[in-house]
Amino acid sequence: MNQESLLRVLLYEGHDSNPLDPELRYEFLGAALDKGYSATRVTTLGEVNDMDEGTLVVLGDFAEKQPNASDYSNETVKVHFHDVGQKTTTEILSDVEQYAGQQDAQERKPWKPWFPVIDYDRCTNCMQCLSFCLFDVYGVDEDKQIQVQNQSNCKTDCPACSRVCPEVAILFPKYRGGPINGDVVSSDDVRQEKMKVDISSLLGGDIYAALRDRSAKAKSRFSKERSEDRALKERQKCLVKLQQNLDIPPEVIASLPSMDQIQAKAEAAQAKANAALDSNS
Amino acid sequence: MSKSTKILYCRCAYSKVVPTDVKKEVLQKLSDSNVSFDAVADLCEMSARKNIPGEMVKDGQPLKIAACYPRAVKWLFEAADCPLPEKDVEVLNMRTESAEDIVGKLLNIESSSEGAQA
Ligand code: SF4
Ligand code: SF4
Repeated sequence: MNQESLLRVLLYEGHDSNPLDPELRYEFLGAALDKGYSATRVTTLGEVNDMDEGTLVVLGDFAEKQPNASDYSNETVKVHFHDVGQKTTTEILSDVEQYAGQQDAQERKPWKPWFPVIDYDRCTNCMQCLSFCLFDVYGVDEDKQIQVQNQSNCKTDCPACSRVCPEVAILFPKYRGGPINGDVVSSDDVRQEKMKVDISSLLGGDIYAALRDRSAKAKSRFSKERSEDRALKERQKCLVKLQQNLDIPPEVIASLPSMDQIQAKAEAAQAKANAALDSNS
Repeated sequence: MSKSTKILYCRCAYSKVVPTDVKKEVLQKLSDSNVSFDAVADLCEMSARKNIPGEMVKDGQPLKIAACYPRAVKWLFEAADCPLPEKDVEVLNMRTESAEDIVGKLLNIESSSEGAQA
């Protein structure tokens, strides 16, 4: 839960206030941001964003001239002025926290720093991601345009859908490598991703079911005999490679639903994708 | 620097993808300068929650953003129904550029190279 993000702190160093100690300013800004607050520093130079809702805590060394909060508050923005005087960062932060506690106890959904973002300059609305993802992350809007609908369903650290997107149009901004992290897409990247999509279609497009199948078989005491089957062996090798290529974390594979559920989900996702494709054509 | 250019710094608080020394040094230098600026804890979170304030992206007002890859930042704003203006937005990438270069561009200290347009 991040109750604090509706609250913005503003370090005021404009007219009618004394400049703050540089060390305190830097330390406080970093600490406030790490707590999840938005922070603004105002001097006589440059502009900052207005605010149209939330709580604004204005911190400064106002000496004798602290402004009157009611002159600046309105129905949607509550302003508090707070003299920081000789206080330390910890003291100022604890003062700010009191204002955070005064905010309306608004229900805030938890969030995960891991979710896909679509680059619509590249997306061709092919619906591969929708039919691939078993966790209902994707859907279509009323114009049958693909969109991320349930981002919190996304499995942390799993970038597999961006790997099956033939256009390299799915980003995970917090992913370690490019182009998935938003780095420039090269023609090599596109060629490589297209190759992976081809491998997945060799497997019937049902990658999750195949991967689960593989991990179940690996555990089976008969796996050795079964692996006599050359085709199966090849397929399994291919799957290991695919799992590595798609960078699907083992925890995601381990947490997959049963084969029947996977199949049912895959069919439902495919039907959704087909319906969207039909109405687009 | 132009009086009307706004500066936005992203702390990338919920992951380690932006090198800590770079993000700290950028903030330190901004803090030591004499300019006004806005800073947010994590633009990804604001995008996920769709609570990027519309005032951040006023058309016609130049904006410089210190965050990560311009393509990621562009589509994060778009995903929050708060698209960045086509013009006058410069995104500086703390994942790949040095703090010195970034602050130089934010504050127009030197005009060596242009930052990427989102
Ligand atoms: S797979 Fe890629 S190109 Fe196809 S709809 Fe999804 S994001 Fe768009
Ligand atoms: S926009 Fe980039 S720098 Fe900011 S929080 Fe997201 S990944 Fe980190």
